Formats: sequence, C-alpha cells, structure tokens
Amino acid sequence: MVTLTIDGKEVSVPEHTTILNAAYQAGSMIPTLCYLKDINEIGACRICVVEVEGTDKLISSCNNEVAEGMVVNTMSPRVVASRRETMALILSRHKSECTTCTRNGNCMIQRNAAALNITNIPYPVEYDQQKNPTDFPLVRDASKCISCMRCVSECSKVQNLNVWDLTRTGSNAHVGAAGCRDISEAACALCGQCITHCPCGALSERDDTQKVFDIIADPERIAIVQIAPSIRAAWGESVQLPTEEATMGRMVAAVRKLGFDYVFDTDFAADMTIMEEGTELLHHLKEEPGQPMFTSCCPGWVRFLKAKHPSLVKHLSTTKSPQQIFGAIAKNYYAEILGVDPAKIAVVSIMPCVAKKAECAYEDMDTTGTGPDVDVVLTTRELGRMLKAQFINVRNLPEEEFDMPLGEATGAGHIFGATGGVMEAALRSAHFLVTGENPDPDAFSAVRGCEGWREVTYNLAGKELTVAIVSGLQNADNLCNAIENGEVDYDFVEVMACPGGCVGGGGQPIHEGCECAAERELILRDIDTNSKLRFSHENPSVVECYEKYFGEPNSEKAEQLLHSDHFAWGMPAARQQ
Amino acid sequence: MSPLEIRTSSEAEKTVRGVCQDMARRLVSHPQGTCPVDVTRGLIALCRTQTCGKCVPCRIGLAQIESLLDNVLEGTATDADLAHIEALAENVRISADCAIGTQAAEMALTGVRAFREDYELHAEGRCLCTSDHPVPCVQGCPANVDIPGYIALVKAGRFDDAIELICKDNPFPSACAYVCEHPCENTCRRSFVDSAVNIRGLKRYACDHETPNRPTTVAEPTGKKVAVIGGGPGGLTAAYYLTRMGHSVTVYEQRAKLGGMLRYGIPNYRLPKTLLDTEIEHITSLGVEVKLGVSVGKDVAIADLERDFDAVYVCIGAHSDKKLRIEGEDAPGVVPAVAMLREIGDGTIADLSGQDVVVVGGGNVAMDAARSARRMGAKSVKIVYRRRRADMTALAEEIDGAIEDGCELMELVAPAHVEVNDEGKAVALWGQPQMISTVRGGRPSPKAASKPEVRIPATTIIVAIGQNIDSGAFEEFGLPCKWNEIQAQPDSSIPEKPGFFTGGDCSWGPATVIRAIEGGKVAARAIDTYLGGNHEIRCDVDIPAPNLADRVPCGRVTMKERPGAERSCDFELCEIGMSEEEMMQEAGRCLGCDHFGYGAFKGGRSRAW
Repeated sequence: MVTLTIDGKEVSVPEHTTILNAAYQAGSMIPTLCYLKDINEIGACRICVVEVEGTDKLISSCNNEVAEGMVVNTMSPRVVASRRETMALILSRHKSECTTCTRNGNCMIQRNAAALNITNIPYPVEYDQQKNPTDFPLVRDASKCISCMRCVSECSKVQNLNVWDLTRTGSNAHVGAAGCRDISEAACALCGQCITHCPCGALSERDDTQKVFDIIADPERIAIVQIAPSIRAAWGESVQLPTEEATMGRMVAAVRKLGFDYVFDTDFAADMTIMEEGTELLHHLKEEPGQPMFTSCCPGWVRFLKAKHPSLVKHLSTTKSPQQIFGAIAKNYYAEILGVDPAKIAVVSIMPCVAKKAECAYEDMDTTGTGPDVDVVLTTRELGRMLKAQFINVRNLPEEEFDMPLGEATGAGHIFGATGGVMEAALRSAHFLVTGENPDPDAFSAVRGCEGWREVTYNLAGKELTVAIVSGLQNADNLCNAIENGEVDYDFVEVMACPGGCVGGGGQPIHEGCECAAERELILRDIDTNSKLRFSHENPSVVECYEKYFGEPNSEKAEQLLHSDHFAWGMPAARQQ
Repeated sequence: MSPLEIRTSSEAEKTVRGVCQDMARRLVSHPQGTCPVDVTRGLIALCRTQTCGKCVPCRIGLAQIESLLDNVLEGTATDADLAHIEALAENVRISADCAIGTQAAEMALTGVRAFREDYELHAEGRCLCTSDHPVPCVQGCPANVDIPGYIALVKAGRFDDAIELICKDNPFPSACAYVCEHPCENTCRRSFVDSAVNIRGLKRYACDHETPNRPTTVAEPTGKKVAVIGGGPGGLTAAYYLTRMGHSVTVYEQRAKLGGMLRYGIPNYRLPKTLLDTEIEHITSLGVEVKLGVSVGKDVAIADLERDFDAVYVCIGAHSDKKLRIEGEDAPGVVPAVAMLREIGDGTIADLSGQDVVVVGGGNVAMDAARSARRMGAKSVKIVYRRRRADMTALAEEIDGAIEDGCELMELVAPAHVEVNDEGKAVALWGQPQMISTVRGGRPSPKAASKPEVRIPATTIIVAIGQNIDSGAFEEFGLPCKWNEIQAQPDSSIPEKPGFFTGGDCSWGPATVIRAIEGGKVAARAIDTYLGGNHEIRCDVDIPAPNLADRVPCGRVTMKERPGAERSCDFELCEIGMSEEEMMQEAGRCLGCDHFGYGAFKGGRSRAW
C-alpha cells in the first residue's frame, strides 16, 4: 500500500494506483475527457491534471501513479485555471452544434464545458475540414473530432484493426483513417466500438431513421420489423426507461406503436439458424474432422476474417446470420403466406450493430431478385431516437406480444445476443440431433462467461467435441493466429466482434465509462431461464416452417435461401493482398 | 559627445540570442517522421523573421511562399500551385540581394524538389507522415534498445534487470557501453532542455555494476542448423538470437579468436579484452558451436555449408585495407592500420621506440592506430589528413583523446609520395599542402594549395583511409555484389540464393558496431521466419514508474579519462566511469519519452520482437 495526501486527506491505496483513482477514493472528483479505463490512459487532453507538491509542472492524473508521501492538490487555482484554458482550446477546434448532434445530452465535451464553467471561447473556432463519406455505415464528422485518441486506442488495443490513427504530423496532426485513406477503403469490421467509445458526436452510425419513417408512411408497402435478441436487454436505455420497466412486451408495444404492420422477432430466425448451422456442424464433424467451423452470425467478425485472415474464410459456416435468415424467410415464406409480391414487403431490422447495415446490402443478400431481403437496419440508438421523435410515451404502454408466426422464439434464440449464446444454443440442439434426447438446458453453461477466449470440451454421444468462444477482435485475432500456427485445435468456434457479444454491440446505447455487456447479458439469461421452450428445435413455428416450406435443414431450398457464399465479396484489405 | 560608443547588447538582444540558441539545439534534435511540407513551412516562417525588409523578393516573396505552402497543407493547392512554389522560390533565390533571402528560398526549393511526391499527395488532401517515432533515442538506436527503460532501471539500482532489458535487443551491452558511437544521443529530446543525456555512460554504469553471469533462457531445440560466417559483433548477435530461438548455430571465424573488429580493430585502452571475452563467453555458452581459424571459401567450401546447414548468415565484415595509390606505398615501413590493429588484437605489440610515425587518415581507425602507436613507444606520432580537423569523421572525443595522448594533427596535407632510403625502406612521407574549398556532396572538399610539398620524416607510415570487403569467394559462389558489398533485401535475405542472408560491414561498407548488431538482429528474425519459426525475443522486467520530477536545466555528466601522460604509456582502459551520484543525476535528466508525450499513447515500449 502507498499512503499519500490528496486535497488534505490522507489515503492508502495499492501500489500502481493512478492518481485519478486514488483521488476518487479520497472523495476528490477530477474531470476527465480522453480517459478510457485500461484502454486510453494517455494524458492527451490534459483536463485531468493535478498539482503534485514539489513539482512546477502539472501532472496528468489518469496515467501517473501514486507515490509514497505524495501530496496532491486536485483543485488548486493553477489546476483550475489550466483545465479551463485547456477546455477552451479544445472547444476552439470542435464544431459545437449540440442542437443537431445525436450525442446532445450524452457528450463528454458538453459535460466538461459545463462542469468547468466555460461560458465563452476566447479564440476563433476552426475545425478539421477532412471530408468523410456519408453513405458508409460508419460516419465520421471530422469537425467534431477533438483527437482524444479513444477510437484509435479502442480500434488498436481492443479490436486490433488499427483502422483509425493519428494522421499527419505537427499541429496538423488529426485523427483519421490510417494512411489518410477513405474509411470505406480501410479494413474496417464496422464493429462500431469506436462509436460507443467516442466522447462526442464525431463518430456515429449512418442515420437511416428517415428511410424507416418513409417505409411506414408508404401505404403501398407492408412494413415488417424484426428485433434482434440483444435489443430487449438495452432498448430501455435509449429512451431512459429503467431496466425493470423496459420489458420485452413493452418493447414490442413501443415498436408496434411506430406503425409497423408486423412486429417479428429475430430470435425466431436465430432458432432457424441453429437448425441450419447445427446440421451443418454435424455434417462438418463427420466430413472434416480436425478442422474448425466458425459461426457466421456476426458480420463484424466475417468482415474481420476476410480482411485479416483470408485463408481461414473457408472455415466459416455458410449459414446466414439470423438477420438475413429472417429477411429471406420474410420475403419468401411469409410473402407466400400473405400471398403478396415480395417487392411489396419492406423488412426493417433493429440491431445492436453497425456492421449489419453493411451486411444487408451485400449482393448475395437478395434472394427474391426484388431488392435486399432486409431493406433497412437501425441500431438500438436509432430506435430510441425514432421513439422519441414520435413522442411515444413508452412508460405507459401496456405489454404486447410479437406477431405470429415469425415472432415465436425459444430461450436458445434469445441468448444469441450474448457471448457464448450461439454456442450454447447450438450445443443444446446438436445434442438432441445426435442422441434424439434433449439434454438439461443448462448442461452447457460452461460456455458462458466474460473471458475473451474460452475453451470447453464436451462429450457428445461418445465423441469429444472441443469448442471455443471468443469475443472482441483482438481475441479473435489471437485465436486465428493460434489456429494458423497449429497451436490449437477446435471443432466449433463462436466469434463475436464486440466484447461480450451483441449486448456490448457498437449499435447499443452509449454510457460514458461503462461497459454494459455483462449487465445486459444477465437480462437475456433471465429471459432464457424463464422461457417455456429452451430448445431451438422445439420452436413450433420453426417446425412448421420446415414442414411447410423448407422440408428439412440444409435442404436444397434451405441452401438456396438460408446459406451464403463467403467468397462472393471481399474486403478492401484482402483485395489489396 | 563622441560619435563612437562602446556597444553593449540590450537585454532583448541577449534574450533573442539565447532563444535562437535553444532553437538551434531543438532543430538539431528534430523529431523523425515529421511532414516535410509542414517543416518547410515552419522554417520559412522563421526565415521571414530574419528578413531585414529592404528587398522585395525576401520581404514579400517568402511571405507568399509561406501562404502557398499553407494551401498545400490545407489540401487546396493544385498542380499549378506546386509549379508556382518552385518558380517563386527560384526567383527569390536568384533575385534576393543577400543570403537571408537566397538561402531561405533555397530551402523551400530543396523541399519542393526532394519531396515532390509528398507535396502532390498533400494537394490531394493526404499526408502519409505520422508521428510514429515516439521515443527518439530508441528510434535513433539501430538496434532499438529500450533506452528509457534501462535508464529507469539503472536509476533504481537494478543493474541486472537493465542488462537483461538491453540484451533483448543487443547482446553486447558491455562492448557498446565502452565503444558505441551512441547515435541515440544525437536525437535525445533532452537537447530541447540543455543537452543530450549521457546514455552510453549510464549503460556503462549498469555493465560495471552487474553481477557476473547473465542468465538467459533458450527455446526448445528446433533441429534447424544455421551457419554464421564471421565471428564479429554482427555474426555473434545473429548467433545469440538464433540460439535463444532454439536453432543450432555454428560460427566460422577465420582468426584465432572471436570478436571481429571489437577485438581486431578496437584497442584495449578503449575496450578491455577481458570484458569482451566475458561478453563473448556469455553468448557462446548458450550453446553456440565455434570453429576458429577456419576461413570459409578457402578451408571450407561455401557450397558445403549450403549443403550442411538450413540457413547461412554471411557477416564477414570489411577487413582489408584501402590503398593510397602513391609512389613508394609498397615500401617496408608502410603498413595498413587494419593489419597493425589486428596484430595488437592477437596480442603482438610491436616496439616502435624511437620511431617517427605518421598516420594517414581522419577516421576512428586512424585515431586508434595513432593512439596505439604512442602506446607502442613511438617518439612522435603525426596524423596527416587532407581536410581540416572539423571535417574528420572520427568522433570528437577520439580526436581529443589522440591529441591528449600526445599525437600531433597535421591538417590539410594530402599524401604525395613515400621517400625511401637506399635499402628501400620508408624514411618520410611527402605531402601536398591543401586548402579547403567548395562544398561537394555536403562536405567541404580540399584542393591543392599553391605551396611546395612538405617532407614529414617517418619510419613507420600507417595507412587508415578506409577498409575493403573480401567478398570475392562469395561473389564467385553466386551472392550478388556491388563494389564488393554483398547485396541483400532490407530484411537481410538474398533472393538470388534462398537460405543465405547477409548484413554488417560486408553488406553496407564499414560502419559501426551497433549497426552490425542491428544487422545480426534483423537477420535472426529473417532466418527464424525462413526456417518456419515464429520465436519471440521478449523481456518482461518490470520498469519503474515514470519520474514525475521537474526537469530543471542541468549540465550533462561527461566521463573523465586518465591523464594523457599516464595513459599513453600503456594499453589499459582510458575512460573512467561515472560515480554513483553522477549516475543518479544523469539518469534523472532522462525525460522519459516512453511515458511523457506520444510514448504514453503508442510505441512507448516494445516488449518483444
């Protein structure tokens, strides 16, 4: 332990504690801006400076450690004046158009400017003029970027993609796509983690809300919405509704209130995914023993693999993601049920994800030839904005049920939104497919957890099955390297690009300094535990869908509509190689 | 009152002069990787402050160049603007009345011409420069040794950890502690405050205080065999890392002992052989097989090595001498410096008592030869050089050392011919006096002065004007050579001969120890990859917390030497290491660029390679 004095108060903290954390312990609040715990502790913004007795220079508290006998003053006149001056400098390079900014009210620049009582910027305001594409799912507004480096650190340290960098040098240095490229030319997985870790509105998803308003308003079109598993764990945050009130039923009611004709559940498609992928897995275990099979439901992961490890693409399951399975079913099977031309149907997805906006536009995601199976993808944040824009008072809405049949899902489908969920759901049904008997639904709980890379071996009807579960692209990269170097040997691997899986997705509501994946996962686990049905193969609507339309999993029709060719398109970086 | 007064500088003048001197130091240590357009713009802005204001081209032209450069930086310049910058700068250059304008314009011209591509990219709104050189000393060190890391460890008294950290990138901490040319210090950011940290001195402190035996772990044997041709610092570096990676290494050395130029070029008074032996022993004790007295290409066919080994690293150095090509050069009494130093390295110290010795050359080898000659009893030692002392390539401290040892510098004399006596033995060197003349290739060149030749009596004439590479056998074998230098890719591989790698003096001409070490390290990585390995050389010693103390200006501690009169009589070590309090003060001067500045964000510390 190290003993020091902070603002006159003596505290003892473990060795290597930062001054910032020690100050919190001593009850002193220090403002921060660029600081991102464990990820961006670099002392760049200089807002967290403090005075250490005996030194003339102020010290950044986020990245300097305490020392025995240190005397720290976090609010001396020099400190306060310096922070205010620095904040004014930051504001002189930030386009403060808060009224039209999606981060209005949830912005660290706003918060700090207010907290530091900045009422005037004594400098001409100039900002970076870099142009960025507005049609790419990830949108960067250079004029708002303050080069805090959070996105650079997140992308390099957590996701290992190095899409963002500090470009140019000298006082022209500014964050941008590495190598001064256009972001759409970079090997960006579109995980969106840079967005959720941006302190302000410099990074955001492409706003597609108007397209959805237009679809709903069009009397000629049947507006179908599908809601991804993890949305039910986070949607309330986007409309400031407490978790206990933000139930699944209230979510359905709120989304229906927006004016959709049918409110369906992506979790139904997740159950379908299990049928297809589970069958594919059993086939794979028989035909290609010793080779891994990768899940393919996360488009961020698929983009990452294509860009960084193209030689491993062949191991991806060909089963489409639940979003795209839903789109294909809606425009084929359901169109048939409704007896309408699929062109009349518009499918909107609500996803925790930015990569899904890219996924729905891939060329082979049009099974009817009438346009994309999924027309528009909204993030959880966009859903929140739409609900607010429609002045829907979500709190007072009575709970409602999903529409049928594509709104029926099992607990196995619900847990797709958390790391390990796809694996667990697949194992539950694989066990049934191999033995003909249902296992205990919690028999595979060892795949759960928050470690970035987990490994479990099961005995499936006398055969050893080694599986791995990975979330976060740095972990995924480590895994790919280990596979390429022959250091590990897996039968089945689940990968989610975002740490914690979709509950921690880049399209989810943003909370400063808070990684919410673990908390949200608990909600999905609860829903699973309390579900009457917990096996994908027991979903009556899934059974019906196969009986009436596809025949059986991996049938010719299923192959045609529910599987994709991973070699049909490539990533920019892979193309360069 | 009289019209003449004693002039005194005003406070403002003194301050400006001081600030300009600070700026000059800052410019000398300019960070690497900065954008050339931006730097040019900044320097032109500075030049504008020097304009007297009389003439149009300088007063207005420089301002217009600056504003055009602003457009380039903002990405609004067109191709026509780039052409305009060049034309305008050329006009300022030829029409300005004095050097203030001419030289500023010349700088702008150099920029726009040398970095045309960068200028064009900027016009498209792009700049490929990034601040990815966060720790200047580490960047400046060819082997990328973690300098701030080991300085912090030395300050904490953890000398063994400091050595372990150094060995991650350089297996010759002691040799470098004594003789490294320390390019790390050239870029030291401490120069912005006062002057560079004495990095080599701190490294020496660690080496002088480490506990004997450096424990090193070796990876599982890979079963792969690598031959290293040449047991100098480069070859032994490759052998060291390849052995740590688990490969089986055999070093072929044509001389009786390992060490290369460390033993056969650098005299004992600079690098004690006992230290060198210990350091080499540490490397070979890891399990390196050594074949001494074997000359590859003569005693062993290169093709045999190709057959018997999975990879071959050619690191034969540059050990033959360059000739003066003057009359009488072949006379007895005229000796190449490399031959003389080689003999000393083998322990044969000739007696030069009573002799007048002349050393020809101005590099470090010339200084080594001259200072050795003094120690061998020479009556007089004259260093003859055709340029000025300021133009010598030897380190300033080596020149000073030679003078203090009692050697005499004869600047601006070019060797003309050797005078021999009746027996054909050299008795004098005749030299043609020179005068310094125009700058060519960035260096002032000498030209013959209209003065008669001078006679410099000498019974021993030591020629130290450069070294050659004996790469004939390798060229014959099929390795590509250009002016005897064996050609390789930047990763040291030789595409024409898969499995062969090269680096060090034999590949890029005579250079420094640390560059040979760089070559060995780069080759080890390439060879490991070539052999299908993916071994990591890593060091995880815990680095002490950054020093938060203010860095108040403070002089650099320099190391003292034994008095010239005393040391010039023996071959014992000259330089005296720092005291503990000197070490503590000097280590405290380190600005810790691994933590303060860009290093906290990116590239501050590389734990492995």
